[in-house]
Amino acid sequence: MSVKALDGVSISIEEGEIFGMLGPNGAGKTTLIKILSTLLLPTSGEAYVSGFDVAKESGEVRKIISVVSGGETPGYGILTAQENLWFFSQLYGLSSKSAKEEISRLFKDLDFEQFAKTRMSKLSTGYKQRLNLARGMLNNPRILFLDEPTLGLDVMTSKKLRGYIIDWSKRERKGTVLLTTHYMAEADEMCDRVAMIAQGRILACDSPLALKEKLKENVITRLEVSSVSTNFDFMEKMGGIIGYSQTRSIQTDTTTLKLMVRDESVLSKIVGTLEKQNLRILSSVPEEPTLEDVYISLCGRGFQEAEVSE
Amino acid sequence: MIRAWLTRNWKVIYARLWVRVIGNNRQPAWIVAEMIIPVITLSAYIFMYRMLNAPAIYSGFVILGGTMIAFWANVLWNMSAQFYWEKETGTLETYFTAPISRMAILLGMALGGIVNTTVRAASVLTVGVLIFQTPLMLNQPLTAVLMFALTIVALYALGMLFASLFLMYGRQAWHTANLLQEPVYFFSGSYFPIFGSGGIPILIQAVASFIPLTFGLDGIRRVVILGQGIADVWIDVVALVVFIIILLPLAKFALNYMENLGKREGRLTLRWQ
Repeated sequence: MSVKALDGVSISIEEGEIFGMLGPNGAGKTTLIKILSTLLLPTSGEAYVSGFDVAKESGEVRKIISVVSGGETPGYGILTAQENLWFFSQLYGLSSKSAKEEISRLFKDLDFEQFAKTRMSKLSTGYKQRLNLARGMLNNPRILFLDEPTLGLDVMTSKKLRGYIIDWSKRERKGTVLLTTHYMAEADEMCDRVAMIAQGRILACDSPLALKEKLKENVITRLEVSSVSTNFDFMEKMGGIIGYSQTRSIQTDTTTLKLMVRDESVLSKIVGTLEKQNLRILSSVPEEPTLEDVYISLCGRGFQEAEVSE
Repeated sequence: MIRAWLTRNWKVIYARLWVRVIGNNRQPAWIVAEMIIPVITLSAYIFMYRMLNAPAIYSGFVILGGTMIAFWANVLWNMSAQFYWEKETGTLETYFTAPISRMAILLGMALGGIVNTTVRAASVLTVGVLIFQTPLMLNQPLTAVLMFALTIVALYALGMLFASLFLMYGRQAWHTANLLQEPVYFFSGSYFPIFGSGGIPILIQAVASFIPLTFGLDGIRRVVILGQGIADVWIDVVALVVFIIILLPLAKFALNYMENLGKREGRLTLRWQ
């Protein structure tokens, strides 16, 4: 069975820009990075990295890029962090002196000098990902592909890595970053522009602020409802609803609905319908638009629902 | 530009060799797996030949066979299946997005494997010769070195070819390596001479001719145990050179082909297939 992972995607990323691809699992984000990093050939169409054709000039592309994926093993478990970095520095032809200097700088910048002589297999997930990012920075890439770089990391480590990447791109090197993530806040914090992607298609592409601004005229509310098992599909047939997402909690026997509606009257209608079903509204909180709301407005549902249905 | 390319790829070769040597020697279990167990295996054959009152040179055949088989095991498990492991652990992606020759990676792996296995093989050889007081008759040491070198190059060229073919494999790589292990032990004549002994059917000799190790072992045994010279092993030399001439370019072709196929089908870095 063949699957169309990307369909009619057309984007252009500026030098020095942090560009985010935001979408649920299976949306086509990793496929795009694999094509641009020469690991996959497109079945049709063309892709260029810094003017080089990824299919015909892959050697030139590889000289200026680096790929860092989240949840990856950053090298050989039996080697120390320092030895792993030395090994990977050799893939880019660094001299011993440059490699040594670059490795020390990366240990310092990413704040894990104390683990330089620890075997990679003994590092925690967070430090493995720091090592992975350090590996990706060794060749001083002009373009950095980050595929879910903070996947499975704790809040502090994620923050550290995000800060480092922004700093690298904006202040130090003017590097270009293509980031894929399904963490909305991450895209919001890091990206100059974001493309929303679903089922291989780009749904919207703009700065996070501009994308959210478009939703200002809508009413966004978070409703907590006293049931974990109620089917809320009936809302899809109601007029005036742009989209919604739901998060169920078995522990509290509640469902949190995030609703995006045209105006207050639609919200009142929904609340009335829920109450008719003997459901109690535990809380109702108006919210500012987020990137998740942008996705909901485009697809009619949140990431979680999209992943379940795909 | 060419100089920069050569320098970078030389660094890759050295770095990959270094990883293999350092990595392997940080796992002391190899002493049991690659020194003690082979000695036990070849002891069984030597005792059997002694019970049958076979000439003493047969002990030498077995010891050399047991020594050289270490290289085949290394080619199979540490060369052929290596890209499969790199894919599963995630390092393959880094190799394939780096501006380097993939053959340099394979060459580094091969050289690292040769260094590691030569140390182990020399240990097995020394222990075997000392324990069983094997008579050696080495009249032309340089011919022995030539035979050994050609055998190793041909074997690792075969390993590089397999590594390329296994690039696209998932779990089958493991089974295929298993499938190739014992037949090569048998057909290459690890514990008995294939050519010239009179007891091996011609069909088996014909099949054995497709394995570089068969010629390598035959030549090394003739030079080291029977005291023969280059004039007696020229067929083995020619056969090994032919293997090398065919296998090395074939490995490069297969690697390019498999990489492109993997990139087209999206399976180059796809795991758990």
